[in-house]
Amino acid sequence: MARPRYGLKRWLLRGGHVLILAAFVTFLAFPFYWMVLTTFKETKDLINTHHNPFLFNLPPTLDNLRILFYDTQFGHWILNTIQVGVIVTVITLVLAVPAGYALARLTGRWSQRLAIGIFLTYLIPPTILFIPFSRIIGDLGLQNSLWSLVLVYPSFTVPFCTWLMMGFFKSIPRDIEEAAMIDGLSRLQAFVKVVVPVSTAGILTVVIFSLTLVMQEFVYALTFITTSSNYTVSVGVPTFLVRGDVYFWGSLMGACLIVSVPVAILYNVFVDRFVAGFTVGAVK
Amino acid sequence: MSSAVAQPRAAKSHTPWLDDELRLGRILLAPTVIYIIALVGFPFLLAIFYSVSDATVGSTSLHFVGLHNYKMIIEDPTFWRSLRNAIVFTVVSQVLVVVLGKILAMALYKDFPGKWIVRLLILLPWVAPISLSSIAWLWIFDPVYSIINVSARALHIIGPNTWPIWLGQPDLAMASVILVDVWRLLPLATVIILAGLSAIPQDIHDAAQVDGAGFWRHLFMINLPLVMPIMLVALLFGIVFTFTDLIVVYVLTRGGPFDTTQVIASYAFFTGVEGGDLASGAAISLFLFPVLVAVAIVFLTMAKRAEVT
Repeated sequence: MARPRYGLKRWLLRGGHVLILAAFVTFLAFPFYWMVLTTFKETKDLINTHHNPFLFNLPPTLDNLRILFYDTQFGHWILNTIQVGVIVTVITLVLAVPAGYALARLTGRWSQRLAIGIFLTYLIPPTILFIPFSRIIGDLGLQNSLWSLVLVYPSFTVPFCTWLMMGFFKSIPRDIEEAAMIDGLSRLQAFVKVVVPVSTAGILTVVIFSLTLVMQEFVYALTFITTSSNYTVSVGVPTFLVRGDVYFWGSLMGACLIVSVPVAILYNVFVDRFVAGFTVGAVK
Repeated sequence: MSSAVAQPRAAKSHTPWLDDELRLGRILLAPTVIYIIALVGFPFLLAIFYSVSDATVGSTSLHFVGLHNYKMIIEDPTFWRSLRNAIVFTVVSQVLVVVLGKILAMALYKDFPGKWIVRLLILLPWVAPISLSSIAWLWIFDPVYSIINVSARALHIIGPNTWPIWLGQPDLAMASVILVDVWRLLPLATVIILAGLSAIPQDIHDAAQVDGAGFWRHLFMINLPLVMPIMLVALLFGIVFTFTDLIVVYVLTRGGPFDTTQVIASYAFFTGVEGGDLASGAAISLFLFPVLVAVAIVFLTMAKRAEVT
């Protein structure tokens, strides 16, 4: 007799679970569904208030994407973003990985204080630094150059990623390097040949994190860059497709989709490793 | 923490490479420290210097003006309004993010068919460049074509002649800005909390079940305390992101209507860059720093304590 009731309870639980997930997915993904509709709609369809906004009342169109690719320098901005992203990520890795290792293993009694000091610099936000930077970049003759971004972006990726890598290296047992050093490797060789290869999750976290931060950065790029051919995506698209009060909605939404979806897929593939690196780095 | 435990071991092994180790450590650390001093420390000092000067975008000459800028700011009602708005914005959105993030993480904890695609959809707001996704929200909140208004009218939630202007009415504007911030930060918080949940050993859940703990008791006595340190980390990041962010406000409302959504970060930007008054902009933005340090100290201490007990 108890069985059917148990079954009912299970169905209710499962239904509740589905409802909760559906509510969250609706909230988080609805704007992207809306972007898809807007991207492929004709403007006439978009602004006719008698049309049902959830449907294509006129056939879908590629006009908005055509404007994005042919009437703006969208492709160029993507390349700029990738170029800055890759160089900044390389700089971040070169600085943060050895520094994280040094903090985790080699600095002795100073490590704790140094590590907290480095972490605190992460709390000095671009919102404070962009004003002095606007002068520094001008004095260095880098205004309107992508190199200004390459120079400045590591200021927010390096402190955080050093902290992340330190936590990550602390989670690796010391025996690994000690065994390698007994086998005759020096400390540096042990680090490069033994520790780095087992730290891919941490390094991947750094790569993904710094790429995303660069792609999203807006304030520095808006302040430093003035010529359209040097814009990154996050500044170029809104600057060019918002003209006064006229918004090119379809093209704007298309740009957002094109940039976001591939990165979201990348994230989703690596999310477990990313999270492992993130939490180990942040808590240990 | 682990370094403190491991230190005596390193000191005990009196091997020749010990001296080299310290030197190697310094060499590995030096580039990062130099970079941070040059590109965070120096500009930070320069910001403090600007805040007591009369620097503007146009001129190259500087004069020391003492605390004049700070005095002006303290007498400026817009500044106090921005400070209050920034606090409301941060507190409300982060409370929502942590509570919703915990619920969503629990819903995602168990495997179910289609989890991959659900996770992909949930991650989207975090990876989208915020300057572009805020424009998508601008379109959703559009005064004429807002899909929220169209749907609400079709469902008879609002009358046919009501036209809520999401970004144009003071109370709605703040709610809209908070909504977009929650939308954007919820994915990261969820993913971090989910990692914390997954780290709880299965034995503990089993033991609780054997002892007959119900859902709520299990949640408040076992689940929440164990996830607390990691939730604090998520909260710390959320607060730093939100309190210092100006993009959402810049794109959606530009601080309006009547500065009701102006926050410190956006006010510093409008004053310092768009208004050309570097000195006042720097002074305004420096008000962010003590708050951030206080938050960081509180949370690092709490996280450590939660870890020890």
